[in-house]
Amino acid sequence: MNGFVDAFLNAAVLTRVWPLLLSGFGTTIILSVIVVPAGLVVGLWVALLQTVPWRPVRWSMVVYTDLFRAFPPLVLLIYVYYGLPFFGINTNALWSVVMALTLNTSAYFGEVFRAGIESIPRGQIQAARATGLSAGQTTAYVVLPQAIRNLLPDLTSNVLETIKLTSLASVVTLPELLRAARLAQGNTANATPLIAAALIYLVCLWPLVRLTSRFERRLLAARA
Amino acid sequence: MEGFASNFLNWSVAQDYMSELMAGMAMTLKLAIVVNICGLVAGTVLALIRSLRVGILSALVVLFADVVRALPPLMLMIVAYFGLPFLGLKLNGFAVASIVLAAILASFTEELLWAGLAAIAQGQMMRYVVLPQAFRMILAPLTSRIIATTKNTALASVVAVPELLSQANTAQGYSGNASPLTVASIGYLIILLPMVIVARRLERLGKPA
Repeated sequence: MNGFVDAFLNAAVLTRVWPLLLSGFGTTIILSVIVVPAGLVVGLWVALLQTVPWRPVRWSMVVYTDLFRAFPPLVLLIYVYYGLPFFGINTNALWSVVMALTLNTSAYFGEVFRAGIESIPRGQIQAARATGLSAGQTTAYVVLPQAIRNLLPDLTSNVLETIKLTSLASVVTLPELLRAARLAQGNTANATPLIAAALIYLVCLWPLVRLTSRFERRLLAARA
Repeated sequence: MEGFASNFLNWSVAQDYMSELMAGMAMTLKLAIVVNICGLVAGTVLALIRSLRVGILSALVVLFADVVRALPPLMLMIVAYFGLPFLGLKLNGFAVASIVLAAILASFTEELLWAGLAAIAQGQMMRYVVLPQAFRMILAPLTSRIIATTKNTALASVVAVPELLSQANTAQGYSGNASPLTVASIGYLIILLPMVIVARRLERLGKPA
């Protein structure tokens, strides 16, 4: 039992590595604050472009969506990270991560927004246009506010997945929380930093997990 | 443009590493099959345990599912791979990756299935009536979970499983050329694009009219 506490819940080790873990946590927050909005904005465009009357645009958005939903994010990240320098683009780890994760999550957010837009009855859009609103105004004032409400459950779970995804940055040596925990574990030959990092994730993300569970249950109950 | 072709689409480099890449593809498929089957079965068992409505059992299932869903899969894998040896338990990469990815799929399956079961009227016979209905209700989200799980097999490269990404990474390192990664990407798309297209169909079908 003592051995277990020593290796996993070691207070002395924790005090030593705490600053490192905190700075890693800061990087995870920065990454999330960049990638979640970027994914939302690009995803919204992916969805909106699927409503234009020009077919090649619609199809290219469908291809974009399916392609990046099929591509494992870690493979995409490594491809971007090792691949872009061959184009003479000097990538740093941060921008590779932002680019790869935005491509990945925007495909998911795009699908969520598309489903929301399709959930608005066509009659409402026609009515809005008939009262003199432009296509843009109809989208902004009639379609999107309702769509976003219908989509809150899927949006929440995608935000959760995106934040978890930022841990992939550790593979390209960006010192976010997981990477910091691994470095600390290496320095101290002790598993406490890993457990501490896991607890930080747990404390931050558990409320989102509860929220998605509740949404899911309500959705299925409404459908049955 | 020529630089791009010789660095990304270099067939002769790709050919040099083709047998390793194929072995990696086989490993990825093996891992995906093991993980998806184990995860689905375990998730179903957990949902059934929860449907017994025994307080302590339900609480344990919920605790497990919440913790596993709140932690990034890569974090779980690294904790299992680098943490368990401190307990004197040394598992190989394949075992760690299988257990972790199956546990994640199990927790999502349990949550979905439980939500489905709770939504269906009680008093029907579980095995023949309720379970099939519940599975039908959750078919679309379950399919996207299976896709996510299959994509997550790439994380096994971090714990030294010689699957597709890991083989491509090694080949890329030896050759200084990104073409093996291109081949690996195509390999992943061959496995996953059909699944994504099926998922798209199921989403359309599953939508209430």
